[in-house]
Amino acid sequence: MKRTLFWLNRGLFYLLVVFVVVYSVFPFYWAVISSFKPSSGLFTPDPSFLPIPFTLEQYRNVFVGTAFGRNLLNSLLVAGGATLLSLVLGVLAAYALGRLRFPPKNAVLYIVLSMTMFPQIAVLGGFFVLLRQVGLFNTHAGLILSYMLFTLPFTVWVLVGYFRGLPRELEEAAYVDGATPVQTLLRVMLPLTGPGLVTTGLLAFIAAWNEFLFALTFTVSDVVRTVPPAIAFFGGATPYEIPWGSIMAASVVVTVPLVVLVLVFQQRIVAGLTAGAVKG
Amino acid sequence: MLVQRQVRLAWLLVLPTLLVVVFVAGYPLAQVFYWSFYKADIALVDPPEFVGFENYLFLLRDPDFREALWNTVKFTVFSVSIETVLGLAIALIIHSNFRGRGLVRTAILIPWAIPTVVSAKMWQWMLNDVYGVINVIGVKLGILSQKVAFLARPELMLPAIIAVDVWKTTPFMALLLLAGLQLIPEELYEAASIDGATRWQQFWTITLPLLTPALVVALIFRTLDALRVFDVIYVMTGVNPATRTLAVYNRQNLIDFQDLGYGSAISVAILIITFVFVILYMRSIGREALR
Repeated sequence: MKRTLFWLNRGLFYLLVVFVVVYSVFPFYWAVISSFKPSSGLFTPDPSFLPIPFTLEQYRNVFVGTAFGRNLLNSLLVAGGATLLSLVLGVLAAYALGRLRFPPKNAVLYIVLSMTMFPQIAVLGGFFVLLRQVGLFNTHAGLILSYMLFTLPFTVWVLVGYFRGLPRELEEAAYVDGATPVQTLLRVMLPLTGPGLVTTGLLAFIAAWNEFLFALTFTVSDVVRTVPPAIAFFGGATPYEIPWGSIMAASVVVTVPLVVLVLVFQQRIVAGLTAGAVKG
Repeated sequence: MLVQRQVRLAWLLVLPTLLVVVFVAGYPLAQVFYWSFYKADIALVDPPEFVGFENYLFLLRDPDFREALWNTVKFTVFSVSIETVLGLAIALIIHSNFRGRGLVRTAILIPWAIPTVVSAKMWQWMLNDVYGVINVIGVKLGILSQKVAFLARPELMLPAIIAVDVWKTTPFMALLLLAGLQLIPEELYEAASIDGATRWQQFWTITLPLLTPALVVALIFRTLDALRVFDVIYVMTGVNPATRTLAVYNRQNLIDFQDLGYGSAISVAILIITFVFVILYMRSIGREALR
């Protein structure tokens, strides 16, 4: 009796586990399947759950005769630029805030923390006016600048945590050996924060890569436009026809690199995510 | 002497970040406050006209603003509470030791990694009124008596969008709560077991009370996120009044209607609403971090 109950329990538990996995994975699976079907396989009352019949036609539609390649390049440029700039500025600031004597430290940390929580929409109008004033509307530089609003505070905040976690003795040893604070940062501390930099950079990159509101509002042409607004507006040959197959193909193209990155850096991302939100 | 040099160096290192912060946050924010007292178009073609509190007075009487606020509240309350319950359930599942837990953790990272715009498009396709897989499966299994136009019927639009948000964001919630669960010492459960407490009792007397700090932070964090929701709504149903949230309504006024004055007033209103939660958030995590 007790044994049956045990197995029943186990069985129910694993059923739940299977449900969670299917629930998490199925929508993406369905997008991938849909992207490999011809339109005849999509617009049918009885769609196959495998990519049958199989075709690469949707992927061709995404790239041939469209600006999608350009959009991808823009995304790479903007997300990469914002990440790199945030990391460089962020490392310097985080070292000062986490390690050096700096009287207004708490005030600065509060500003940074409140900015990580800042609603982007609240500065949309002001940023629009600003970008027009400095002539950066509809430029890569303008978009990168606007992304600093969320990538920079995030980077600083998480890196301060990493710097604080390093043992005091390392620094003292460096000082005793006659190193200046700058040398200590570059030669001793920075190499140790390497893993932290990778994680932080990755999370900042993902946030910038996925950003929609600013990309939608601060770009007007495909020369600058990034992938998220491009996908949102992916049109068909006529306004009445929504090319779901191509939209799914484009979706898969932008998502696969992210999914791969996330799976490869799984442990670190989970640690970084919780550091950014819970532990601060 | 050395201290003074350290302070000077610290200033030097922090300065670039501070300058960027002033430029990308301080200045635009000041602009928003400034223009909220003006009648102006966003291209600033016509000379702006100072109107005092007129934009704010209009906001208080604007039924569309009220509707957007109500949509935002509905979205926030439902998505955050469902995500919390589901997230906690998934966190508990992963936290219990079993073979394949790594697989589950990997699986739930997928929705998190997918861009919001993409997840909105994926679900739009799955919710398609004729060819969507949800309708196909639903009718086949007899759950739906006939195919449903989820994204065309006003009463179903918001629930459908909430379902999409729940799918996308529950993993994040689960990971935050999992981190909280892992901080609870195992000995407490061992002691409780010896004293004869059931699993259920252990959950209510050990897990939940000790998880509360993590739960509170996660809740506030998600609430802030939900209050400013834009992407999923805009991609799935555009500016439809049935789902238009504050952020969507704000952008519509600023960009579509080019109304810098009134749009800025809405921005200030959003700031005030989120400010309360920001303070709560900073108080709950700031104190520990700023020791």
